[in-house]
Amino acid sequence: MSNRKGPPGSQPFMKRPDNTAFKQQKLPAWTPTLKAETVLPFFFLSGVACITIGVLLIITAAGVQEMKVDYTEERDCADCYSLRLDRAKSTSDCACTVSFSLSEAFKGDVFMYYGLTNFYQNQRHYMVSRDDAQLVGRQYNLKNPSITCVPFDKYKNGTPIAPCGAIANSIFNDTLQLFYHSDKNTETPVPLLKTDITWFTDRTVKFQNPSPKDNLTAAFSGTARPFYWRKPVYQLSVEENNNGFVNEDLIVWMRQAAFPSFKKLYGRLNRTQEFNDGLPAGNYSVKISYNYPVGKFKGRKSVILSTVSWLGGQNNFLGIAYSTSGAITLVVAIILTVVHLKFRKKPLGLEEE
Amino acid sequence: MGDQMQWARFRWQRLVSAEASYSREDTFSSRRCSTTYQPSRSGGKHRTVIPCLARFNEEYEKVSKSYMNNSIRTTKYTLLNFIPMNLFEQFHRAANLYFLFIVVLNWVPVVEAFQKEITVIPLVVVLTVIAFKDGLEDYRRYNFDKQINNILTKVYSKKHQQYIDKCWKEVHVGDFIRLSCNEIIPADMVLIHSSDPDGICHIETANLDGETNLKQRQVVKGFPEQGFEVNPEKFNSRIECESPNNDLNRFRGFVEHPNKERVGLYKDNLLLRGCTIRNTEAVVGIVVYAGHETKAMLNNSGPRYKRSKLERRLNVDVLWSVVLLLLMCLTTAIGHGIWLNNFAEDPPFVVPEPNGKQTQPALAGFYMFWTMIIVLQVLIPISLYVSIEIVKLGQIFFIQSDIDLYNKKLDSTIQCRALNITEDLGQIQYIFSDKTGTLTENKMVFRRCSIAGVEYSHKDNGKRLELYQDVDSDDEEYQTGTLNTKSDLKAQSCKTLNRPRSSSSLNTLTDRCPSLHVGYAQTDTHSPCHMAFSSRMERDVVPDPQLLRKYNLISSPSFMPDESSESGSLETKYIIEFFLALAVCNTVVVSYPNQPRQRARFPDIGRTPLKSLEEVKQLFQRFSVRRFNTPSSLNGTDSLSNSTSSFTSRLSIFKTRTKTPTLFKGKEENISESSQKDQPSENQPPCNIEYQPEVEEAAGSLPSKSESTTTQPGAGELNYEAESPDEAALVHAARAYKCTLQARTPDQLTVQLAAVGDLNFQLLHILPFDSVRKRMSVVVRHPVTGQVVVYSKGADSVIMDLLDNSPKDDIQLEKILRKIKEQTQKHLDDYAREGLRTLCIAYKVLSDAEYEEWLKLHFLAETSIVNREELLLESAVKLETNLILLGATGIVDRLQEGVPETIEALQKAGIKIWVLTGDKQETAINIAYSCKLLRPTEKVVTANCNSKDCCEVLLNTLIKEIGESVHGPSGGPGSGFSLVIDGKTLEYALHESLVETFLELTKQCRAVVCCRSTPLQKSQVVKLVREKLEVLALAIGDGANDVSMIQVADVGIGISGQEGMQAVMSSDFAISRFKHLSKLLLVHGHWCYTRLANMVLYFFYKNVAYVNLLFWYQFFCGFSGSTMTNYWILIFFNLLFTSAPPVIYGILDKDFPAETLTRLPELYKSGQSSEAYLPSTFWLTMLDAFYQSLVCFFLPYFVYADSDISVFSFGMPINTCALLIILLHLVLESKTLTWIHAVVLIGSGLFYFVFAVIFSATCVTCNSPANPFGIMEKYMSDPVFFLVCVLTTVVALLPRFLYRYVQSILFPTPTCKAAQFDKMTPEECSREIKA
Repeated sequence: MSNRKGPPGSQPFMKRPDNTAFKQQKLPAWTPTLKAETVLPFFFLSGVACITIGVLLIITAAGVQEMKVDYTEERDCADCYSLRLDRAKSTSDCACTVSFSLSEAFKGDVFMYYGLTNFYQNQRHYMVSRDDAQLVGRQYNLKNPSITCVPFDKYKNGTPIAPCGAIANSIFNDTLQLFYHSDKNTETPVPLLKTDITWFTDRTVKFQNPSPKDNLTAAFSGTARPFYWRKPVYQLSVEENNNGFVNEDLIVWMRQAAFPSFKKLYGRLNRTQEFNDGLPAGNYSVKISYNYPVGKFKGRKSVILSTVSWLGGQNNFLGIAYSTSGAITLVVAIILTVVHLKFRKKPLGLEEE
Repeated sequence: MGDQMQWARFRWQRLVSAEASYSREDTFSSRRCSTTYQPSRSGGKHRTVIPCLARFNEEYEKVSKSYMNNSIRTTKYTLLNFIPMNLFEQFHRAANLYFLFIVVLNWVPVVEAFQKEITVIPLVVVLTVIAFKDGLEDYRRYNFDKQINNILTKVYSKKHQQYIDKCWKEVHVGDFIRLSCNEIIPADMVLIHSSDPDGICHIETANLDGETNLKQRQVVKGFPEQGFEVNPEKFNSRIECESPNNDLNRFRGFVEHPNKERVGLYKDNLLLRGCTIRNTEAVVGIVVYAGHETKAMLNNSGPRYKRSKLERRLNVDVLWSVVLLLLMCLTTAIGHGIWLNNFAEDPPFVVPEPNGKQTQPALAGFYMFWTMIIVLQVLIPISLYVSIEIVKLGQIFFIQSDIDLYNKKLDSTIQCRALNITEDLGQIQYIFSDKTGTLTENKMVFRRCSIAGVEYSHKDNGKRLELYQDVDSDDEEYQTGTLNTKSDLKAQSCKTLNRPRSSSSLNTLTDRCPSLHVGYAQTDTHSPCHMAFSSRMERDVVPDPQLLRKYNLISSPSFMPDESSESGSLETKYIIEFFLALAVCNTVVVSYPNQPRQRARFPDIGRTPLKSLEEVKQLFQRFSVRRFNTPSSLNGTDSLSNSTSSFTSRLSIFKTRTKTPTLFKGKEENISESSQKDQPSENQPPCNIEYQPEVEEAAGSLPSKSESTTTQPGAGELNYEAESPDEAALVHAARAYKCTLQARTPDQLTVQLAAVGDLNFQLLHILPFDSVRKRMSVVVRHPVTGQVVVYSKGADSVIMDLLDNSPKDDIQLEKILRKIKEQTQKHLDDYAREGLRTLCIAYKVLSDAEYEEWLKLHFLAETSIVNREELLLESAVKLETNLILLGATGIVDRLQEGVPETIEALQKAGIKIWVLTGDKQETAINIAYSCKLLRPTEKVVTANCNSKDCCEVLLNTLIKEIGESVHGPSGGPGSGFSLVIDGKTLEYALHESLVETFLELTKQCRAVVCCRSTPLQKSQVVKLVREKLEVLALAIGDGANDVSMIQVADVGIGISGQEGMQAVMSSDFAISRFKHLSKLLLVHGHWCYTRLANMVLYFFYKNVAYVNLLFWYQFFCGFSGSTMTNYWILIFFNLLFTSAPPVIYGILDKDFPAETLTRLPELYKSGQSSEAYLPSTFWLTMLDAFYQSLVCFFLPYFVYADSDISVFSFGMPINTCALLIILLHLVLESKTLTWIHAVVLIGSGLFYFVFAVIFSATCVTCNSPANPFGIMEKYMSDPVFFLVCVLTTVVALLPRFLYRYVQSILFPTPTCKAAQFDKMTPEECSREIKA
């Protein structure tokens, strides 16, 4: 009507914006104002909560027992250490024993780990050097390892390596055997289970042998072992269902550690006979078939025995961190309260001046 | 050169041929455009247009092949070239090139960090998003083009021997097109026929330049101008014209008839694409430019691109990010080299090259540098640029949706034409404002006048104006309802052909061009259609009783000129001449409201008091109108006056020095010759048959009205459309004294003089207004005396200098004249002091010999090719000398509503306001006081000098003076200084050597008023202040004279008002009222700035915090460029999981509610000093980011150190922590949270978890080295994971939380205080502010 240009019947206020809360930016909003009445209680509460959790965690962590034995150059292992520095003698066997004692019994499930330091499993090129498709048992990838495995993908004559890549090639190959010395002369081997030490998803899905699964020799025919290995992949274990790509030691090794110092699960205590309740206190020794060279990179090797709680292994840090943060929060809260009480008039009370 | 010659020859031919009597300078002047559109000299080639008919087929093909047809395509892409073109365009941006660089880098095997495909993702995503946006925009344009291309128009078809409907796109150069009233012109065409008997037609150019007054166009000379239509079949001339160019005000060419006769073409002959035919039943034209070659399309430029202050600041910080990135990469590179060097022998975890050899540590380090650039690429916040664009779009959406910025009268809301400087609105330090039309309404109302040295104060008129002040606003409310019926009636009578076309035409040029819808409530009841009509306030002038008495005395039948007293007769003569000058000296177009676009040419018969005489006159007039150039009025009146003696006696007042015209003879011959040529047309039926009914219908539609106003017939229904509102005001004033401008044709003006009746002035010349002369004049032949009279009106400063000072024979007369001059000057000063706009009215009578002499000169000037403008100016100056002062007028221009409040608020906000005006100093000062720019409490210093030295001394003294008083005892906070400087002094002050001093002075002043300043000075001042003081300047104005200023300023704001669209077209934001500025700046500007600044800071924080996590990890992986995060999550983290919240934050966050910001303009200062985004804030944020990343990395690290955790298992809690920290950080920083925030924040978090869970459940072999299979599931069931997440998040955010709390409690900055004011009552608040 008023519109000179609009078609007949057009609305008079066509361009008027909608008067909605959204368009006028008047949506109901919560304004998080930081007032002493809300902030101080929050500080106190969170401080107390943190301390409580921290104390709980510390108590829990205290219940976890751990024993770590560095055997890199321990006693007669020192010879083996120097032997392994020489690459030429890499195939010669070397065995040694280290002994230790547990002052307390390790109750419950006990896990045995091997520990390595200064080993950079997270080095980028190293980390990449694997072929997941091969490890999941695909025929094509078995014979044609991924380019990521280079130079550990094929022998010079073209025989593919299974499993390919630097990770598999550098698998930790010391064997550890734990003995319990109930007295000076008896030497009881501690039974270890080498299965179920990996993630369920890893051993059931992520790692699969190529078919035919009942005849691994045939399955892996046409492939060769990695350079550093002494045995082909289908002879990693004597156990039938813990062999080939699903060998749990291999799977454990293939899950790259996050830091250069790490431990990896070696086995878990088979709780039978005298080890029904765990490891009794007393003297123990570990017989080591010392194969893995660590001298090149100034690494250390160790054996670790540990029990677990709901928190996992021994972990004091979390509890301490909680307690400390809680304490700091509390201190801050107290300071703030004092300040608030002292200066309360100032910000809100300008009108009284 | 060749062209020049040809033109010269052609011109000469025209000069020689006597028939060339037409080239009257265009009255619908170009002065507005001339400032902006520089005539672009077309590159030589001329265009030849040949009718598109079979007869000329061969030649046509040859000539017109290269001409564009009328289909337009404003799209950038086609379906085929969209992808390559768009990619090409996008890779012109540095940001995208960076992405590309990263992608390419990742394809280099030795530095490859991720899988090759992964780094492509960000690039692809960004490109796709932008391509999608571009595509959508283009598609809209495509649809739009299609719509326009398919509009139908009537094109002559050879085959059908008639005009048939064709789409616009099928129109070609050389086509004949027939258009009816209200149709839109499809292409630039030369007018060769008009149904108008005078061969003219009117077009409305609102679509082109927003000016709503009608422009007149003329049929090319030599073509039949009346009666019958041109038969295209018989058209066998060819047209030569210049090549297409974008100068709207220039068109040159000629038509060559088969007999080699040439007729010149001017811009008066050209109908421009996009304009609308008005008031003319039918026109025929031949297309000369089509499609993209039309002037309208050539003038269509895209949106502006400016870079805001914040963005400039941001770019600096982006550079810092680059430095940081390089530092980090360098650290890693060196670290990697050293790390490799540590090993005597190759360890098993260092993978050799494919050839089995190890890379040298130094080389490996070098490679590592590039790898790290890929890994840490996110540190350069590329997505920031995309996000900023989105945020700004959102901000603009909200600005445009603000109902407070909506003007009901004009049905227009704010237009944001520049899309990327919203945040500059929050940092403005200087405002440069135009006065007229910006601070004031530009509704000129006649207020008072002085004639022959006698002041007529028009008291009642003043009272009336005060009344309107209040009524005006309510007016609109109630009129909306009641007027509907009337306007419906209107809609019927106003033949609205092709309405839909009209509406679409709006967009032919620029879709941003707003239709200047007029609140019809503002215009009078009978003119709902048009805005150029004045409002009732402007029209109803209450006459001064004293003046009216004198005036009536003159015009009463019994009046006999008093010969005895010289001064008395002089005064009466002056009064009459004064009003005649008001009515005549203008370019106002008259139209009747009932047929608003119908030019008033047939004054109603039988409703005038002098019935019998009028009838005769009317008849004669009709006759004269029909014949084009007859000097009818003169002869007619004379002959009539002989027959009616009483009439003659009344007219005797004009005859103080009557002479019979002698000069006229020669010209008459010419004219009669030309009318001879027109003879055939007279044999035609005198009235166009189609035309007649409309007139009758129109006349019939207002019988009741005419009955009620029998005393002043027709006067109430006239509408004046003026180029400038001043003119209309004066014409309305004259009408109040029954000296009514009744009709206007190109050659004739009809003025109805109370008792005398209609006088037909033969219009000889119009010397249009220009800013150099500052005056305009019309040259008319007086109908009664037959003398040539020049009426001038202009600025008092110029007119006063042009007065006739030559010694007179009559000493007494000389005395009187001097006295009049003195008196008038006194009155002028009074007016100016009152804040009125003053104009001087003067006239002079030319002897025929003088006129002839001048005419020769003028004719030469008009027809010259080279520097025609200068010559015309010279000629005008020559004529305007020895004027006789009649009197002066005072026109009031009311302040817009809310101006004082707005200015007060803006000044409180710490913005310095300069008013730059062309007005007189006194007027300017007065207005400045009334809009509270100047305050009575403060000292106003004025600077007026006549020389540079004087200026220098003055400036220095003023600085000293101000400095003393500021430091002196009297210098309280209330007393400020304001500077008033005039144009001349400003010119000296802007001289290079004085600039520093001048700025020094202005810095001390709270407000500056520059009066008498030219457009050039305006832009100079803005530029100077902006550059020298390094401040953010905003310029606001409404007219063409503000364009340069608007363009120079950081933010240019145009006011869409009465003065056309020039200012709006060159502005960044267009508002409709000055008062909107306060909300725009104080609220939206503040919001936009703080929002964007905070968002940018947050973005930097986010990127640094996240990327540092990756960096810290390098210390644990031998600086090898490993990441503990799955690559997909790494890429998506920035792209998907944390991209939406900052955008929402940037669009919706409000630090203060709008009411608080309006109430406390002081809050704006935080934006001016860039408080939200200082370098210190940036580094503080960076520090916080570092701290948070340290916590976020090392807390989980210590928890998981020495455990059997795997790389990607370790990444999972870190990622989750980072996400929580980053999202909660936003919550901490947000001032307000709405449900939208909640949805987006929670949505982002959930999206991350869902994505991670699904990904780690399904990805078995994909994404090989970083295979996340099973990780999420495992850790989601691990209590340590949650404990770590909670603790890390709390510890990371604690300092920021504490900082915010302490800040708000202990050290309340003004902004924090204001937040508390919200909770107080207004009284408390005001007390607080005072304290």
